[in-house]
Amino acid sequence: MTVTAREKGLVACRECARVWPADHTHCSVCGNTIRSRDTQSLQKVWAWWIAGVLAYIPANLYPMLKTRTLFQTSEDTIIAGALELASHGSWSVAIIILIASVAIPLGKFFAIAYLALAVRSGATWPPGRQYILYEVVEYIGRWSMIDVFVVAILCSLVQLNVAASITPGIAALTFALSVIFTMLSAQSLDPRLIWDRIETKDTKDPV
Amino acid sequence: MKDVAQLDLDTLIACPKCDALYRVGVVNKGDQGRCERCHTRLFTRRRDAGLVIIATAFASTVLVIAALFLPFIEIRRLGFSNAATIVDAALAFYGGPLFALSLAVLALIIALPLARLVLTIYTLTPLVLDRKPWPGAKRAFRFSEAMRPWSMAEIFVVGCAVSLIKLTDLARVEIGPAFWMFVAVVVLMAVQNVVMCRWSVWKALDR
Repeated sequence: MTVTAREKGLVACRECARVWPADHTHCSVCGNTIRSRDTQSLQKVWAWWIAGVLAYIPANLYPMLKTRTLFQTSEDTIIAGALELASHGSWSVAIIILIASVAIPLGKFFAIAYLALAVRSGATWPPGRQYILYEVVEYIGRWSMIDVFVVAILCSLVQLNVAASITPGIAALTFALSVIFTMLSAQSLDPRLIWDRIETKDTKDPV
Repeated sequence: MKDVAQLDLDTLIACPKCDALYRVGVVNKGDQGRCERCHTRLFTRRRDAGLVIIATAFASTVLVIAALFLPFIEIRRLGFSNAATIVDAALAFYGGPLFALSLAVLALIIALPLARLVLTIYTLTPLVLDRKPWPGAKRAFRFSEAMRPWSMAEIFVVGCAVSLIKLTDLARVEIGPAFWMFVAVVVLMAVQNVVMCRWSVWKALDR
């Protein structure tokens, strides 16, 4: 049905969509390095994935923010901070933070792992649905950075002498690293590998 | 013989996401091409796309530069007040072990969005004027495209909104002009994204 560039003995450039004979390693149009499939894709995916998971652990154990007001100081981890907001009645913000900083990162770890395993050994999901998952992960991953920006804004803004001050905690750094590593992990996955299952007829799409 | 083969490859386009191969006929203004199996947008020819992109990129550049020096949020509490500019927010982690995070935030919300805008103008201006591309245009455009996921101005704007709600408990908050300028930039960049056709740009750069 669908003919791929590889089946025709061609290699496609992922930057400018042009195709070249299989022996080309550079695209003559845009200068990008080209290969039919990134054979090291999964290795890179898992390497960044592990780095991302490792950085995510301290991001949740250590404080993200240290808030000092006139009479009290408090150190909040991501989850504790969100729960405190919720207890003050700011449900919407608490939910945004929990989604951006907990649900999305965890969801991404699972999704990338699932896709990487699916590319290697097949999966029950048809490639079409796997690809949608890949697109969602690619699109949504960057948005986890929102919490780091919120910390940056709060810390630069709330410097009111004795009245109130907010300083960043070490978790802000490890959280940012986790987001960056996970983005790199998702980018390392060559999406064409997802579709190759159709070509090789290893799995059939359920009707 | 070689020339014939080259000519032939010229009319082919491979989906960068799933490697599906298509033959493109004559592409008229207003035509849009999508991959049949993964629905990735392969090309969009819009009327005056180049002009729209340059105009929005130019406006965004001016807005970003102006916004750098204006406050985007101001807070008051117990007679103390403080206003933060975007540069302040980016440098919130300055000093101490979080210094690296400052650089990263600076890159994500200011340097990379600005670099992408400038590079876009540099790449497209000669094309719109029907001149030869300026030197290094291909490299400029490739870099600009590679930096797309790392340019996080829109995420920063949503981060501002979240911070506003977080702060209302703690202090009186006022939104400054830079916030609205950044909102405008986000809208302009979204327009640019819709209108931009990577395939057409590479085609024009290759002439």
